[in-house]
Amino acid sequence: MLARLQLEEREVSDVVSKLSRIVAFVDQLQAAPVDDVLPMAHPLNASQRLRPDRVTESIDREAIQANAPAVQDGFYLVPKVIE
Amino acid sequence: MAGDALHARTLTELARGLEAAEFTAVELTEHLLGRIAATGGALNAFITVTADEALAAAAEADRERAAGRARPLSGLPIVHKDLFCTKGVLTTCGSRMLASFVSPYDATVVARLREAGAVMLGKTNMDEFAMGSSNETSWFGPVRNPWDAARSPGGSSGGTAAAVAARVVPAGTGTDTGGSIRQPAALTGTVGLKPTYGRVSRFGMVAFASSLDQAGVITRSAEDAALLLGVMAGFDEKDSTSLDHPVPDYRAALGRGVEGLRIGIVRQHFDAGLDPACAAEVRAALGALEDEGAVLMEVDLPHIDLSVPTYYVVAPAECSSNLSRFDGVRFGHRADDPKDLLDLYCRSRGEGFGAEVKRRIMTGTYVLSAGYYDAYYLRAQKVRQLISRDFLDAFAKVDVIAGPTTPTPAFALGEKTEDPITMYLNDIYTIGANLAGLPGISVPCGRAGGLPVGLHLVGPHFGEETLLAAAHRYQQLTDWHRACPEAYA
Repeated sequence: MLARLQLEEREVSDVVSKLSRIVAFVDQLQAAPVDDVLPMAHPLNASQRLRPDRVTESIDREAIQANAPAVQDGFYLVPKVIE
Repeated sequence: MAGDALHARTLTELARGLEAAEFTAVELTEHLLGRIAATGGALNAFITVTADEALAAAAEADRERAAGRARPLSGLPIVHKDLFCTKGVLTTCGSRMLASFVSPYDATVVARLREAGAVMLGKTNMDEFAMGSSNETSWFGPVRNPWDAARSPGGSSGGTAAAVAARVVPAGTGTDTGGSIRQPAALTGTVGLKPTYGRVSRFGMVAFASSLDQAGVITRSAEDAALLLGVMAGFDEKDSTSLDHPVPDYRAALGRGVEGLRIGIVRQHFDAGLDPACAAEVRAALGALEDEGAVLMEVDLPHIDLSVPTYYVVAPAECSSNLSRFDGVRFGHRADDPKDLLDLYCRSRGEGFGAEVKRRIMTGTYVLSAGYYDAYYLRAQKVRQLISRDFLDAFAKVDVIAGPTTPTPAFALGEKTEDPITMYLNDIYTIGANLAGLPGISVPCGRAGGLPVGLHLVGPHFGEETLLAAAHRYQQLTDWHRACPEAYA
């Protein structure tokens, strides 16, 4: 599935009924007069600020990996990907 | 020591007490930690209490003050919504996904308040990933409203709101994506300020919907909100959407009053969806401002009725993208014994996220998917532009727009969990400000059925001074913000 979310069997009917209601609700937008309107990505219509691609700071790898579910020698462990 | 109701004082009043050496920061911190412990079971407002760190910071604040080196917030207590990263401290975002996540760095908001001398007492409960309007989606259980334990304090910043309302702490941070500061403030009788988008750095805030999220504060007085905003606001190199705009002296603006202030009233904000008792209180508050010289006039926001559906396309779209980082690999919850990488992703996310978060991720992936992008996401972005233009047109005629913060006072826990649309409509009056990036404030302005009612003021971009001045003037005329829930007096 697109969202990479596994649902339990018991969750499915609830998800389907609530999602249908949400989609029906947002369908109100279909009637809106949007011809010639520019889409808004930033609420002040500002453009994204860029900066030079330079390293400005770094955090200790051990401190970061302390939050990882499984690491070894500085690497993240995942199930075997290539047989 | 002056133990009588240290917890009843506002931040500004506590600052004066510390300066006058009426009590020490350590005494104050101990008193409030006692208050947190005593109310913890009843409110469930905290996810983490940082007692040791707080006492150490308070002792340092006392030493600095004794040495004549006090900082702007030296020794003043603060709590943070648990989506602000706090170095070395659990940052859960109210989710099982991050239930054991210890942040390796501080959010800019946290760092700025710390550097100003504020003492962090703990991290507050919230709707999971800030997705909710009742605090019931938290993995750590719902927060209870101090005015009525069977009711919700609102959300998503419900933990901070409940703690401030119950006189456990004088102030705390929150975040507001669709009303998540202002709505809980209204339902708990506190002041909630959402600044202009880009005014306060989002760096170190766990992202929900990046074009809508903004950090702010919940306090008991507009004066305290001004004090904290002055420290939190300002450009941050680390947030690419942070705006480089000078930070005024918000406290100096408090005395401006409302003489000649043009207040716009939106017809749709007083329609059939509004509880009549709330409407009466809000109208009375507007009348009080009019008596002080404000000028009331009607303004039209022709597309405002589309704000909630627009939000429920834009916010889930951004959330589905932001939350794709939770994959069970680098941090966060991981499912046991995954059979392959796909199973690892799907089960870790399926187990780590609660029902509301999953619904929003799925809504988001749907509206962004190839066949539906134009019909939903692109269209919603265009409607967002229309709604924003309506606000800008209105602000050519008025200085602020005023109305109710919420359609009803606090609702019962469990009352709205079955119907997502009913829950979403709680934010009907607040979402417009997020879509347009405008600042908004909720100020306690009365009671309906014994429960607090909020007056909502929205200003033009960077109009925080006007909002704070109007709210402050209102609080000089009234004492709704001084009322304390009986069980916590």
